[in-house]
Amino acid sequence: MTPLDPTLLKRMYRTMVEIRAAEERIADLVEAKIVHCPCHLYIGQEAIATGVCAALGAADYVWGGHRSHGHYLAKGGDLNAMMAEVFGRTTGCSEGRGGSMHLLAADVGILGTVPLVAATIPLAVGAALAVKLRREPHVSVSFFGDGATEEGHFHESVNLAAVYRLPVLFVCENNFYASHMPLLERRAKDNIVTTAEAHGIAGVRIDGNDVGAVYRAAVDGVARARAGEGPTLIECDTYRWRGHVGPSWDTDVGVKRKDELAVWKPKDPIARLARLMIDAQIATASDLDEIGAAAAAAVDRAVDFAERSPLPPANSLTAHVYAGKTGQ
Amino acid sequence: MRELTYAEALREATAQLLKNDPRVFVFGQGLWSPWYVGSSMKDIDKEFGRDRVLDSPVSENATTGAAIGAALAGMRPIVVHPRMDFMLLAVDPIVNQAANWSYMFAGKVPAPVVVRAIINRGGEQAAQHSQALQAMFAHIPGLKVVMPSTPYDAKGLLIDAVYDGNPVMFIDDRWLYEETGHVPETMYRVPIGSAAIRRPGTDVTIVATSFMAPQAVAAAATLAERGIDAEVVDLRSIKPWDRDLVFNSIAKTGRLVVADAAWKTCGVAAEIAAEVACEAFSSLRAPIVRVTLPDVPAPMSQALEHAYYLRADDIVARVAQLMNRQPEAV
Repeated sequence: MTPLDPTLLKRMYRTMVEIRAAEERIADLVEAKIVHCPCHLYIGQEAIATGVCAALGAADYVWGGHRSHGHYLAKGGDLNAMMAEVFGRTTGCSEGRGGSMHLLAADVGILGTVPLVAATIPLAVGAALAVKLRREPHVSVSFFGDGATEEGHFHESVNLAAVYRLPVLFVCENNFYASHMPLLERRAKDNIVTTAEAHGIAGVRIDGNDVGAVYRAAVDGVARARAGEGPTLIECDTYRWRGHVGPSWDTDVGVKRKDELAVWKPKDPIARLARLMIDAQIATASDLDEIGAAAAAAVDRAVDFAERSPLPPANSLTAHVYAGKTGQ
Repeated sequence: MRELTYAEALREATAQLLKNDPRVFVFGQGLWSPWYVGSSMKDIDKEFGRDRVLDSPVSENATTGAAIGAALAGMRPIVVHPRMDFMLLAVDPIVNQAANWSYMFAGKVPAPVVVRAIINRGGEQAAQHSQALQAMFAHIPGLKVVMPSTPYDAKGLLIDAVYDGNPVMFIDDRWLYEETGHVPETMYRVPIGSAAIRRPGTDVTIVATSFMAPQAVAAAATLAERGIDAEVVDLRSIKPWDRDLVFNSIAKTGRLVVADAAWKTCGVAAEIAAEVACEAFSSLRAPIVRVTLPDVPAPMSQALEHAYYLRADDIVARVAQLMNRQPEAV
């Protein structure tokens, strides 16, 4: 396997650090009761959004769910607009109508992330259908958790994408929990990836905390999609460090969980890439410190931007229930 | 003047939309079948190709969701559900996603999808093959709901729905498919939100939806023989509905009968009655009458179907009862 390009590795490191910095700040803001909307943190899973989105272009579509700060930032969504949205301000990407769970960056292919579990999986398939009908070279990526694979949406959508050979990447982020429920208390086997074989599409299960492995799997899936060879299911094993929602560490839900955190924290995808880059002499410790400092400064600026932005006026309550006529 | 059936008018609108706009495609079960959706899609796949006219897997949820995803990505899909009952498996994409999308994202990404929900009842098909659920969808902010009753409106409203820019539930009743009427060959639009007066009158306003509109016209003819001059308003659009036209009619007649071939409780007739009672109370000279289905699932046996479904006679009886009502003592 040829080693990945050092510039790419540095870029992915920067993205993961930015996501982590933004979310740790959001965790603090929720704890301080400055941010009120439900925030589902991605801390520990950053390699997946980062590795997949590094394999995409701006015109490719990305669909997410309730835990999508990482998808938004990795695809190139504006940090200020995300922070302002979390604060419920008019300058937010959804002008304060969505919050953390409804992120939009249409200019980079994010047409909306929504919290209803699995809901965006068929939407992602539909964007791929649009791409196919327009004979465009783009792909559509659906990010979802292991819990979403228990919804009918998922199975219907994989079948639909398979039968029409649509350019879709189904990226399952298996963090082994749906809210508080462990995987093996919700399904008989830890075998989500086998859904691919059942529907006649390509499927691969990888270490989701290895950003390089995620990137390579995404490149393969994207190539398959662009070549008209249909969808790919990528199951990424990972672990959610924080609770289902909010900044808590979830250590109150059982001893088992405490043990798991001790196993998974040393597998931190960011620390892992840092070690790799230092060992391969791609970056020095001070290079990485610089990236960390730049990310922290960007987050400071975003929080400042959000805090100084206006709240939506009450008289805007009924705006946008319907979109304006688009004409013929 | 050229006449088409209701089903032919739907087919012509669909064909013209497909021909004139590469963003339009049709997605749903039974589209390649000779009998699933009547003649409303006859041979359209042969004319426009099976990549734009997709007969789908048995997955109401994913196909509707995918159509919505395609709409968000710039297409103008028409989803066809040959039975509204089965469409309930797609309530998440319709209600949670399409209806909310514009609002959730501040109008930046519209969801211009048309969902054809076909009411296909009678014939001893019973409870899960017969439901008319317009009220459920009219309840939801962000959705529009139309129910054309004539061939002219079927074509014009389908075209207007596709270009509306919002999710539109286009509800057509199979009992109307053989109705004939004038349909221009050109592409024209009947604006969503406008009702039509089918028969002017002075004594009582009958507001009717969908299949009940031609029944109301027939009822009005019978009532005229008895000296009752009824004005028939075909609502056409359930949400938004034409308040001005309805209120103006009641200002003239002073009496309102609402005929909707769906359940009574929290139904379309209830909504119109409530709005008129709240906003046009001073126009009323008598209590409002609702002619609706009883709050009962559709039965099977013809004997029970006969008792269940509504026809012109039911409207005649209720209007006559209203007109013969003695004024109440003050």
